[in-house]
Amino acid sequence: MTRTRTRRAALAAVLALPLALGACSSSSGDDASGGPLELTALDYYTDEPSHTDTEKRLSDCAAQAGATISHSSVPSSQYNARVLQQVSAKTVPDVVMVNNPDLPQFASTGALVPLTDLDVDTSGYLPSVLETGQYEGDLYGLAPNVNTLVLFYNTQMLADAGVAVPTTWPELEAAAAALTTPEHQGFAYAAASGTEGTWTFIPFLWGNGGSQLDLTSPQAQEAVSFYTGLATKGYVSTSAVNWTQADAKDQFAAGRAAMMINGPWQIPSLNATEGLQWASTTIPVPAAGDTPVAPLGGELWTVGRSTPEREQAAASVVTCLNAPQTQLATALQNNTVPSDSASAQQLAQQQPEMAPIVQTVTTAKALTSDSGLKWPAVDAALSTAIQAVISGQESVPDALAAAQADVEAQ
Amino acid sequence: MSTPASTLEPGPVDPDTQGVAVTTAQGAPRGVLRRRRWTMWWFVLPAALYMLAFFAVPVVNNITTSFREYTTATFYTGEAPFVGFANYVDVVTSRTFGRITFNTAIFTLVSLAATFVIGLALAVYFNAHFRLNAVLRSLVLLPWLLPLIISSAVWRRMMEGTSGVLNELLGLVGLGAVPWLTDPSVALYSVIIVNVWVGIPFVMVILYGGLQEIPQDLYEAASLDGATGARAFRRITWPLLRPVVVIVLMLGFIYTIRVLDIVLALTGGGPAGASDTYATQAYQLSFRDFQFGTGAALSNILIVVTLLVAAVQLRANRRASDLAG
Repeated sequence: MTRTRTRRAALAAVLALPLALGACSSSSGDDASGGPLELTALDYYTDEPSHTDTEKRLSDCAAQAGATISHSSVPSSQYNARVLQQVSAKTVPDVVMVNNPDLPQFASTGALVPLTDLDVDTSGYLPSVLETGQYEGDLYGLAPNVNTLVLFYNTQMLADAGVAVPTTWPELEAAAAALTTPEHQGFAYAAASGTEGTWTFIPFLWGNGGSQLDLTSPQAQEAVSFYTGLATKGYVSTSAVNWTQADAKDQFAAGRAAMMINGPWQIPSLNATEGLQWASTTIPVPAAGDTPVAPLGGELWTVGRSTPEREQAAASVVTCLNAPQTQLATALQNNTVPSDSASAQQLAQQQPEMAPIVQTVTTAKALTSDSGLKWPAVDAALSTAIQAVISGQESVPDALAAAQADVEAQ
Repeated sequence: MSTPASTLEPGPVDPDTQGVAVTTAQGAPRGVLRRRRWTMWWFVLPAALYMLAFFAVPVVNNITTSFREYTTATFYTGEAPFVGFANYVDVVTSRTFGRITFNTAIFTLVSLAATFVIGLALAVYFNAHFRLNAVLRSLVLLPWLLPLIISSAVWRRMMEGTSGVLNELLGLVGLGAVPWLTDPSVALYSVIIVNVWVGIPFVMVILYGGLQEIPQDLYEAASLDGATGARAFRRITWPLLRPVVVIVLMLGFIYTIRVLDIVLALTGGGPAGASDTYATQAYQLSFRDFQFGTGAALSNILIVVTLLVAAVQLRANRRASDLAG
């Protein structure tokens, strides 16, 4: 009798076991027991070869700091949720990668340590790159490599149409008009809902002296009118409202668009397209003599809050990850720009196709430099406004008034 | 447990088991019964823990979050000030609430109606006997087998304005191109088309099962009385299928109103919010804008709407089965 009951109880316990295990498996490797320090690192480089490359760089850097490191990668779509979950469980990794527009959000939690408190040397950095890692005056993250947006053009199409490479808005519009034929559009950009659509437009807003927080200003109105006008006049396909940057690249690579706004990460794919002759230049400015101001993209390495000893070790890993020699190697590998100004110049010499991008980076600004914590609101409001104008739903002033109201409401 | 079996069993019997059998047969002492009931609870425990961990905790959590100002900083500090109904007020008074309510209603009702009518037609069609029936029936299931993100990506390509295959086909038959995903007045319906395509197999399979349950002799008897075709459908098929129909509509409603992945993959809620629904907006608020409080408030509104409609449909079902019985 007893045996049967015990057996049943045991069976029930076995059934309940996975739940019990699931409930207590959230503990971390936080015990400090002798031996070398074991650090943790988290990023979203799940693709090969980035994952292995990063892992190697991390463990080399950890070894220099007299520590070991366990590295894990989470797909980018789940990344922020995972980091926030670890923040709430007080198990934030020692070395955390943060995508630059998200830095204000993560820094505002208080779970990251300002790198300035940890005596990290930042002397060689481009000022624009340091800006991307700042939140409320403190430096939280360092990006070894950055990217930005430039104008790509099909050299064959421009030559055939006898069009010079545009450098100003009027030239861009004239070129787009001349290059629009029954076979292809003159120009292409991503205007899909969400970050890619907004990001692509930001150089036009900033180039014209506008701010992400003042969308009803004349500068912003002009920028949106010019940008969306290229679509409403037919030089950019109105399908752009559903194009991501990859879609814009596909159009350009397939010869359906003569020019596009895009980033250097498309270069390998463009080079792999047979018969495509392309070049790139800085994004045209409103009038000759203006400075192009593009947004910087890239991933920052930050230090999670733990014990002083671990934080110090993590800071040396971050410094090492950002070493100039590593930067140049990475840049050559994945078409990014080193944050160190000397290495950046070296890259421009070694890879001439990267020169316009290096030049843009020197005058670029952090994507969230004027909006900070309000970036998600700006992002959603601005992409909706651009889509509303291109699809003919609203006029520029109405769309921007609504966008501004949305930004202020949050 | 196995009283009759063990008493009938010949040969040597495990003394423990037999002991249980004997006492139960004679009426077990209260202590034993209580212990056995206790053992029963051990079997309920896994299910109860599961429900608690994966249903009760998230729902309660979502409700409490919706009454708090919950930001990214909350994750670290744990501070989330109580704000009463402010999040709900924000959601309901926001500029887009009217539009997303309208979009959600159109999306759900049109999707459900179209999926149901087509699914029912296919179920009736496959209920007849003909060659290749099983093969064709399994082909119809195909949309169900594909991961949604993949089928949505393929649809997105097909619906592309200038190079999509749908517009090329329309061009071949001399019709103009349709701005499937790029015109605000069309985008929502394009998303509905894809959602209907995805939903048809589910409706068809369940209704087909229901049709198979209807005895053939009813139709034979009816045909002797001269009721065939549409009349047989109206008088026999429809009334007997009604309980299944109610279940299909209820599950279909629940599945449809919360559709997120298809919309995100096709349009991302655009252009200019033209295909935004409660589900996409709640996702945007919580996971893109980091406004967890208002996101939770909107998803609670979605849950309440779903529960209300489900309750109404269950009542309708009870009345239907009362009538049938």
